[in-house]
Amino acid sequence: MKPSRLALACLASLALCSSLFAPATRAQLSIEITGAGANRLPLAVADFSGERIIAQALTSVVRADLDRSGLFRLIDTGSPLAFDATPPYADLKQRGADAVASGSIAAAGDGRYQTQVRLADVPKQAVLGTQAYVHTGTQLRTTAHRISDFIYEKLTGERGVFSTRIAYVVKSTGRYELQIADADGGNPQAALASREPIISPVWSPDGSKLAYVSFEAKKPVVYVHDLASGRRHVAANFKGSNSAPAWSPDGKRLALVLTKDGNSQLYLVNVDGSGATRLASSAGIDTEPRFSPDGAYIYFTSDRGGSPQIYRLPATAGGTAERITFEGNYNVTPRPSPDGKSLAYITRTNGRFQLALMDLATKQAQILTDSAKDESPSFAPNGRMILYATEINGRGVLAAVSSDGRVKQKLSVQAADVREPAWGPLVN
Amino acid sequence: MSTPLSATTKVVLLSLTLLLAACGSQPPAPEQNPAGVESRTPAAAAPVTADTVGKFDPLSAAALKDPRSPLSRRSIYFDYDSFIVKDEYQTLLATHGKFLAANPAMKMLIQGNADERGSREYNLALGQKRAEAVKKALLLLGGREDQLEAVSLGKEKPACTESTEECWGKNRRADMLYSGEF
Repeated sequence: MKPSRLALACLASLALCSSLFAPATRAQLSIEITGAGANRLPLAVADFSGERIIAQALTSVVRADLDRSGLFRLIDTGSPLAFDATPPYADLKQRGADAVASGSIAAAGDGRYQTQVRLADVPKQAVLGTQAYVHTGTQLRTTAHRISDFIYEKLTGERGVFSTRIAYVVKSTGRYELQIADADGGNPQAALASREPIISPVWSPDGSKLAYVSFEAKKPVVYVHDLASGRRHVAANFKGSNSAPAWSPDGKRLALVLTKDGNSQLYLVNVDGSGATRLASSAGIDTEPRFSPDGAYIYFTSDRGGSPQIYRLPATAGGTAERITFEGNYNVTPRPSPDGKSLAYITRTNGRFQLALMDLATKQAQILTDSAKDESPSFAPNGRMILYATEINGRGVLAAVSSDGRVKQKLSVQAADVREPAWGPLVN
Repeated sequence: MSTPLSATTKVVLLSLTLLLAACGSQPPAPEQNPAGVESRTPAAAAPVTADTVGKFDPLSAAALKDPRSPLSRRSIYFDYDSFIVKDEYQTLLATHGKFLAANPAMKMLIQGNADERGSREYNLALGQKRAEAVKKALLLLGGREDQLEAVSLGKEKPACTESTEECWGKNRRADMLYSGEF
């Protein structure tokens, strides 16, 4: 692209360009696709019609979203296609497209835009759905993600997660930042910066808050942080260590680990920090609690049997723990899937720590990665992908793998360690 | 220095001098690594500061940072997957226990640590077990419950960052911090 044209377009639309083209104030996660699904649906996303720079920016985000999912093979259409124009079905069929998305973006006054999108089935020459959005220039990326969600859901029958956000910790020299970004790594913002470590961020079920562990007081303390206001409060700061928070599905309580009565043990507290009650008692370590999506069980890691293994316990105090993992001598960090049918966790095999997925009905487990230092898995809210931390060439990166192990992505930040990912809930 | 120093004291003095020069906030270097220390002989000539000369009261607060005092030794190292305080640390812990008893206003934060392998939260629990083991020992040796807090830094604050057995050994550690140091 010629710089002069870009500059002109930017002058015409200052607010938009500052958000689209200005160098990011903080290092952004870049995503590399390292594996894709076996049967990808051939999909054409035509350039939307409208002001060229803006339409292209929008379309490129939509294409990148859908491509990254690993479920689509993007077909080039050659020319823009307006929302209300009949797609050139014969040509699209020849190019191999099964579906075509087209759209228009137009100024709607007050600096706002109206974007319309249409999805059509190419072999049937039938419209699958239409959608319209009114948005500002700065909401262009958000709108693109919503369009991606619309296309994804129409074509796969499951919710898209392109509009969701992720949280993660970036460690650079002497500095830790808890960052929030769009699911594609865009628009990163720091919720907290500290000279001391930050670990174990978890999203509240409504996506408005994060609970996490910060070491700023020279010991682990659990905080609950409201993202809109930036205000936070201490949820647990008892004598000893306070860690491993997990939200109850109703968002009212946290399961967490306290050591006030000796070894690391499971407790429940109200989100305001009141009413700490002990959930279980063991002679060893109990940690990493996670509620099942229906709230009935708490999965956790315990060394009560001699090696760290995953157990589950009824979420009401006083129940009996049931052991879940039996293979190997190191199975930790249980994360139930959003449908409650499977369990992601980290298993150690021959000194390698790898992400595994267990079908909870059959207890069959499968290792999903070929890396060696996997940690902290986090399901996408539609259950399709699992985001986790790993290490490549001595540097912390995030990676994502589909629950069938086929689609693989790597998310990294230049010259910094990224760790402790947490995928946020579905929005709206 | 007219009093002859024991070999151990020399090593401790040397490692402390090196560490203080390098980074004041780091816990003392492991005493198990004399080879590395001896190879850096020029630092042996580092001047003795005013604090370390003069009258030596073994149970005064000044002794905490006095390299001649065992109280300046703050780290307890553990074997792999172990939470047992080794016998070699009994004398050191007894000295700290005596100090805590003699200075009832003094508090101690015991920070347990773990090596880098595995889950962050599980390592936090492992570090906690190490801190608790040191706390239990000190409770038997003169420390009071309200003086002692055992916490864990897990694998978050490694003293050594290489993926080697030697390095991991330095990170399986509990550090004792006194009032004013945390």
